[in-house]
Amino acid sequence: MGTTTSQLGKDVLSEYQELTFLTKQEILLAHKRFAELLTKDEKDLPNIRVPVQRILTLPELKSNPFRRRICYVFSTSEHKDGSLTFEDFLDLLSAFSDSATLEIKSHYAFRIFDFDDDGTLDGGDLEQLVNCLTGETDDTRLTPEEMRQLISNVSSILEESDIDKDGTVNLSEFQHVISRSPDFVSSFKIVL
Amino acid sequence: MAYSVNICQMDSSSESDFESIGECGPGLDTFELFGKAAASTQGHMRGDTPDGEQMTSLQRHHWSAATLKVLSAMPSRTAGMNSAAVIPRRGRESSQPQRHQASSCSPHPSRTIQDDLEEADMEESSTEENKKQQLVLVLRGLSASEAMRKLRATPLSLGAKMDVRRLAFSAVAESSLMSRNIPCYRRLSLYISRTWRHCQFSCLPVLTSIQLWHSPMKRLSGRFGTGVLSYFLFIRTLLHFNLLLFIIFGLFLVFPQAVNPPPPPPPPPHGSHLDTFTGLELLTGMGYISQSVMFYGYYSNTILKTCEPESPGCDKPRTMPYSIPAAYFFTIAIAFFIICIILVYSISKSFGRSLQVLKSNGNLAVKVFCSWDFKVSKNTSVKLQSEKISTQLKELLSEMIRGEDKKSCMHRLGRVMVHLIAWTTCLACICMGAMAVHFLSETAINQRPFKEMELLLLSAVVSGFNLLLPGFFNLCAWLENHDSPSVRVYVSIFRNLLLKVSIVGVLCFRWLGRIAVEPESHDLQCWESFVGQELYRLLLMDFVFTVLYTILGEFLWRLFSKKILKRNRMPVFDIARNVLELIYGQTLTWLGVLFAPLLPAVQIIKLFVLFYMKKSSLMLNCQASKKPWRASQMTTLFISLLCFPSFLGAAVSVTYTIWTIKPSSNCGPFRNLTTMFQSGQLWAQELENAHPILSWLSWAYNALLENPLFLFLASGVFLLVIYFHTQVIDGQRKVVSRLEKQIENEGKDKKFLITNLQALYERSGLVSPHR
Repeated sequence: MGTTTSQLGKDVLSEYQELTFLTKQEILLAHKRFAELLTKDEKDLPNIRVPVQRILTLPELKSNPFRRRICYVFSTSEHKDGSLTFEDFLDLLSAFSDSATLEIKSHYAFRIFDFDDDGTLDGGDLEQLVNCLTGETDDTRLTPEEMRQLISNVSSILEESDIDKDGTVNLSEFQHVISRSPDFVSSFKIVL
Repeated sequence: MAYSVNICQMDSSSESDFESIGECGPGLDTFELFGKAAASTQGHMRGDTPDGEQMTSLQRHHWSAATLKVLSAMPSRTAGMNSAAVIPRRGRESSQPQRHQASSCSPHPSRTIQDDLEEADMEESSTEENKKQQLVLVLRGLSASEAMRKLRATPLSLGAKMDVRRLAFSAVAESSLMSRNIPCYRRLSLYISRTWRHCQFSCLPVLTSIQLWHSPMKRLSGRFGTGVLSYFLFIRTLLHFNLLLFIIFGLFLVFPQAVNPPPPPPPPPHGSHLDTFTGLELLTGMGYISQSVMFYGYYSNTILKTCEPESPGCDKPRTMPYSIPAAYFFTIAIAFFIICIILVYSISKSFGRSLQVLKSNGNLAVKVFCSWDFKVSKNTSVKLQSEKISTQLKELLSEMIRGEDKKSCMHRLGRVMVHLIAWTTCLACICMGAMAVHFLSETAINQRPFKEMELLLLSAVVSGFNLLLPGFFNLCAWLENHDSPSVRVYVSIFRNLLLKVSIVGVLCFRWLGRIAVEPESHDLQCWESFVGQELYRLLLMDFVFTVLYTILGEFLWRLFSKKILKRNRMPVFDIARNVLELIYGQTLTWLGVLFAPLLPAVQIIKLFVLFYMKKSSLMLNCQASKKPWRASQMTTLFISLLCFPSFLGAAVSVTYTIWTIKPSSNCGPFRNLTTMFQSGQLWAQELENAHPILSWLSWAYNALLENPLFLFLASGVFLLVIYFHTQVIDGQRKVVSRLEKQIENEGKDKKFLITNLQALYERSGLVSPHR
């Protein structure tokens, strides 16, 4: 399972190809970019885990407001600190790739937006989501009144998407909303 | 385990920045919640009546710890982690209780909670193994390729997937498969499928890596987003179409004729320009080029006979007949047919993606969940995107708060007047443009012989109108100030389209209605070559004007506005207008391919140069738009515009030319025929004579295609199929609304059961804060 980061074996490469949505070129490029994140003495260790600060220096993730959530969701570390091994990195790229299915993308989007990791999107999650979307400057941020209206009013997000009226949006309801938007698949993409 | 003070407040007026939002640890705060909820359940009421707040939700009540545990282990809450027997990576989190609305997070959970969680953890890891086993069993039941596809689509981590794969397809299983007594053909087919899979994996990356312009497009999408990217994707699509046309024509028409050049025509009576080669020839298409393989007039109406290489001297040539007229006719027919099929297929795929069958009762949720474009990576573009989303949300919210704008009667009347004036001005401009082109064309026709400069003038005037009038339409749209941005886009596309359709219509009338009908009166030896040259000129002039506009309009305007007007606002890339120009160029190519078979090559070169020019202009001069752009609906619209007015119009005029217009008698492959279509009929006749068994083909043609009854039947069947499909969609809509009601009722059931569970716990005294 572990690979020395100097080069990828051929059978490992074909296994990665079969299990992810990435092509061989994309996997090799990912390997190259991952190796650039390692320090010199880390390069020889197998199965090395890169801390989250270094992952966030990648230009594709650097300015994304969801970058920490993304690293966190794909991380398999026991400490839940967002550090990624190479295989986690491949998971990340596979979910964000061109050929990933809508189900995979909506599944991971749900987990990324679930800020408190309880399996549903409640009011708090939605509020943090909207704050991430609208940016940090004061004039783009929504006022509390607007936020309340957006999330819990009569014609609001929860009203539109919560079908069983339990106050939260679970995965199936989220996927139902996503299926109404044809743009989701093309915007949920990160390409190295 | 580190517990941090919770920073993620419900109160949105707190000044938390992104870092703290993202760092909100994995349910760490919920540990505190657990403790608090556990501590506060004593003596709390059962919450089956809503406490006057707006929504009765499961989260607003103070449940006991046991109830919360049950709640959080509900399948709908853990579906995100457990879909398709997925192993939850963070097993602990799935047993966390629901976050309480008004909690301020108190620290110090008690020891017992930690025990609880460890217990839960062990439970979860044992269920993990169960779920892995389940998945392995499921995969073993499927065929190899299906199992791989299912495994790839399972949201597991890569390490877990590799474990599952090892268990499901162990080497033991494989070798036992081979050593078992399976019949030979099965073994062979297994072997073939395995090698095919290996081939696919190694070949497919090659195919995708030669995908054109991959990295420039990535840079563009990173900076400008999906909307601008769709324009460049459209350029690539058109490039593929033209490449296809070029290959078909090149292989079947140009190459055979180029290899066997026809005898040179006699020199025309008035002095010829054929010997001089100035640069102007490339622009006007006359002179030297007009006698080349580029234009219709070069092609001979003979049957080419090739020599066998063995026979020396070729005195007795073996006939491998290749009839150029038949080849010309059938190449055009088949090329158009293939393109028609490809276009209809891509339209239907596009429609299927963007059509919203289900009634959408509002798009706030869609906007919030789906509008972030993850491809955008540049910092300024990210900020711009945030601004865009924020503006949209605020607008939507203010609309909802305000309700419909109660405009006064005068105001409404004023708006109607403004719209009316704008529309009449635009229509008047379009009519004037068309009339000007018509007038110019008529004066040029009535004055014989044709002068080169006048012909160039006509093309320049057409391109000028195509360039300047859309700018004027944009000005009108800005004055009109539509309420909704999508209405503005549609209105401007419609006006643009009307302009181009009317100009192309006038030109078609000129070619097919005036020049083709009486060519001798204009001293034209070969009217088809002349029309081909006109189209070539139009295409080139269009290109020249686009280059000039890009340099002057965008580059110089940016310098001007920066230095002189001292404004920092850069122009915005107008996607609709540029795409319509591409469609216009493609229409000209399709119209002209009958008269100038190498026109697709010209279009290919033009598209190539256009791509790089627009890309550099965009990077230097433009900024990303602040207005929303619904990319996939717009792409559908553009593909359907490419099919309906553009391709259909070209196909209709080509069909009309082939069917009714008499080809010129001095040049071209259809020299002595009454119509071009006749060549196909003659060829079929000859084939039938040579091979009488094929007579059923002509019988079938006569009985089916020229019989109106068959066409009526076919249209009747199509209409029936369409009606059937609409009824199916209608029925599905009804089913969906019933299901939604049912889910709502199930939700009520759920609430009822949970409250009663809570009541039961309390009544039987099982509730304690340490459980």
